Formats: sequence, C-alpha cells, structure tokens
Amino acid sequence: MTHILRRVSENIQETPLAALHVELGGKMIPFAGWNMPVQYTSIIDEHTAVREDVGIFDISHMGQFFLEGEGAEAWLNTILANDVSKLEVGQGQYTFMLNEDGGVIDDLIIYRQAEGKIFLVVNASMIDVDYAWLDKHLAGGLTLTNESDAWAGMAVQGPNSTALFAKLFPGRELPARNGMDIWEQDGESLVVCRTGYTGEDGYEFFSSAANGSAWFQKYIDAGAKPCGLGARDSLRLEVCYPLNGSDLAPTRTPIEAGLGFFCALEKGDFIGRDVLVKQKEDGLKERLVALKYTGKGAPPRAHYEVYSKDGELLSELTSGVLSPSLREGIGMAYLPVASAKLGTLVDIDVRGRKFEAKVVKKPFYKKG
Amino acid sequence: MNVPDNLRYTSDHEWILLEDGIATVGITDHAQEELTDVVFVELPDDGRSCDAGDPVAVVESVKAASDIYCPIAGEIVGGNADLEADPALVNTDPYGAGWIFKVRVNDVATVEALMDAEGYKGLIG
Repeated sequence: MTHILRRVSENIQETPLAALHVELGGKMIPFAGWNMPVQYTSIIDEHTAVREDVGIFDISHMGQFFLEGEGAEAWLNTILANDVSKLEVGQGQYTFMLNEDGGVIDDLIIYRQAEGKIFLVVNASMIDVDYAWLDKHLAGGLTLTNESDAWAGMAVQGPNSTALFAKLFPGRELPARNGMDIWEQDGESLVVCRTGYTGEDGYEFFSSAANGSAWFQKYIDAGAKPCGLGARDSLRLEVCYPLNGSDLAPTRTPIEAGLGFFCALEKGDFIGRDVLVKQKEDGLKERLVALKYTGKGAPPRAHYEVYSKDGELLSELTSGVLSPSLREGIGMAYLPVASAKLGTLVDIDVRGRKFEAKVVKKPFYKKG
Repeated sequence: MNVPDNLRYTSDHEWILLEDGIATVGITDHAQEELTDVVFVELPDDGRSCDAGDPVAVVESVKAASDIYCPIAGEIVGGNADLEADPALVNTDPYGAGWIFKVRVNDVATVEALMDAEGYKGLIG
C-alpha cells in the first residue's frame, strides 16, 4: 500500500496559506492544479466539526473577478443563466456560465457589490477559461479584472460560525443569507459573503493574499477547526451540491442536473437558453439522481459503474462517498429517465462486486 | 510510532506475525495513521493461493482505497470477519483486533527474510 505516502508533483500552484497548512499538519494533495490540504486530522473528524461546531477551509484557489461599468448587470444577464436583475445591491446568487449547447462551463456565485459593480467567485480550475469567455463576450464600456492572486479566501462553516464572526469582529453584523459585505480595516479590504458549500450556516471570508495566513490562524485560535478538501467533498455531497467537472460538465445542462431553478428562462436571451427551453419542452433523456446504498458496502466513488437490476450498464457515478453523517454509501449519477424514478433499485459495481442502491430524494442530509 | 519487535514488515507497510506456519497480516500503525478513518475492508476469499506481492485485500478510508498485498507466497486461510462490522479496528488496534487476513505460508524462510522492526523504523524515519 505504498501510495498512501503521497507526494506532490512539481509545477503546481500554491495558495498563500500553503506553508500554514503544512505547519498545521495538513496532508497536501494536488487538486485542480493546486497543492491543497485533503485533511489535517481525519475527514470524519473535520466533517463532524462542521456539522456540529465550526470549521474553516482554505478556498484561496478559487477565482475572484470584478466586473465594472454602467450596464454591467444587463450585460451579465445575457451571459449567465440566472436573473441578475433580481439582485439588490449587497445580494448574491448562484448561477451558471453555459456554452452554446446549454452545457455547464462553470457554476459560480455573483454578488452585486454596488450599482454597476459585480464580484464573481469562480471555480479554481476554471479561472482562465471563465475569464477568457467573459472577456471574449465583453460589452464596450465594461471592465473585467481577474484579482484571483490578490485575495486569500476561506470558508467558515458550521452552527457556531456566526458566534465566531461576532468574536472576531465585535460590533459588525454578518449580512443576511446570500448577502455580501465589504469594508476597510487597518488598511485592508475585507469581504464576507453569507453563502457556503456544506449545508450549514456560514460564510466565505476574503482578505488580502498577504494577510491570509494570519486571518486563517485567527479563526483557528478563536475556535474554528481547520478542514480539508475531503470533508468539503463529503459535506457538499450529503446536501447534493454539485461539483463542477464531476456532477456538472460542458456536455450536461443545469436542467439535466436538476438545477433548473437557477436558470431564469423567462428573463430574455442568454447563451445556451435555446437548448434549455427545448429540453423543457421535449423532456429529458437523462437526469442527475441521488443514489443511496440499501445495505452496507464499500465506499461508492466517482466513475464506478451503475447497472440496472437486469445487469444492463446504465451510467457511472459522478460523485460518491461513504457519508460520515449517515454512515451510508451515497452518490450521484446521470440515469436514463426510466431508471431515475424515486425508489428504483440499481447496482453499483465496486471492483467487480455489486452493491445495491436506490434512487432517493435530494438532499441526502437535512439539518434538524 | 508503535513498531513491535516481534513482527516482520514489508516496505508496503504490512506487518506479519508468524505462528506455526501461519502468517497473520495487517497494516502498520504508521499506515493506519496515514490512511486515517478506515470505513471498509474488503477481505480475501479463503482457499485462494497467492504469490508474494499479489493484491488480496482493500482497505478504504473515506477518500481513498488502498490495496493490501500478500507479503509471502501461500494460501489464504481466513479473513478477519470482525472488520465487516467494525472496520475502524484497523485504526484503533492495528496489531491486534485489526488484523486483516491469515496465510498458510509455503516457506517460512520467506517470512524470516522480511524486514525486522529496526529495518522498518529506518524506512518510515
């Protein structure tokens, strides 16, 4: 079992927090071109901390863009799938950048910082692709800047995340759910966005890259447990939040992924809209479903094959994990609609052994 | 790091206890600490004959699956059924209740040729 001793390949990017992760005992692995901690103590330990207390994740590898200029909102509405006009100043929304086939280039969160000023948070592996796509379509009079290297980002998640904010920033209030706030403190711009990727209350916090490690350490000293990508993945999958590149792809539309709620088909034209409209009219051939083992079994993982009970190969898992909260195997897969009904039984192949799973309602895990 | 003196070791982080021609095999304290939470162990079938280096079992944490190799040639004579109910025994008692499988070895000299505790300590630093 030699491969448990991980080595990171060369030519890989590091976040401003990399040295601190190693100091904190983080096990570093390559992820989306970045050297990132997969865990510090154990995935179950860190997962539980977020469900029951508060954890902090380095998300500095994600990208930050700013779009400025009169009419930025109206232009963005022709590029992204959700309706930007619904955003008040200080509010954010989850949305998609689609290709002409309606496929997902990236899923991202945008915040309306001010009139004519939008803050965009994009996936790490998609920074260059997203920037090129936006820049290619950019309307005259608008300015797009990629500030990904200038910012450090951290996600603070868990039922005690609000109390932790109050401790670190006395007198300052967290914005409402999906809101953002930006302020100056000791000569530094700080941003807080009340969103998350775990199903818990929490927020994303952005500081200057130079002060990122100091802030991360302050959160830890105040009670947050440092958490790695492993827990981030198991937490997000329990609540069926998609991972771009796994559950979302340029060949899959948000409608097939069950995320039509974030596509405002009535708002007017945007790239990819025609395909989504047609899919809604004609009906889907396949859709992304939640699968849960009916018994015990080996952890399901992405790319494991999914078979019908008749032994027909249907698909492969896009994500899978042994859920730390539920202690059951959970996963997602695009299945033909005939096999996608709730209660349908399938088999997941793990190294030649088949474990039965059932199509269940999303999400797998709900608070309370 | 716990490395008992009475065992033999492989560079793949398996330990071997030889008793009456039967080798009990598990993964070391160092290996379980690297893997962290073991959530599933796939055991080998009884009666299977194997060569040294054959992958015969799989130990899985939440994030990764790791093959466990048979350290010596022989015949599998039992897997640790307790791991089906409680795979975490590999973490909590790697050299005891967390053993993985037993092999009737073809040649006991091949076990004695494996690394001793001092050699393994040198390997893991």
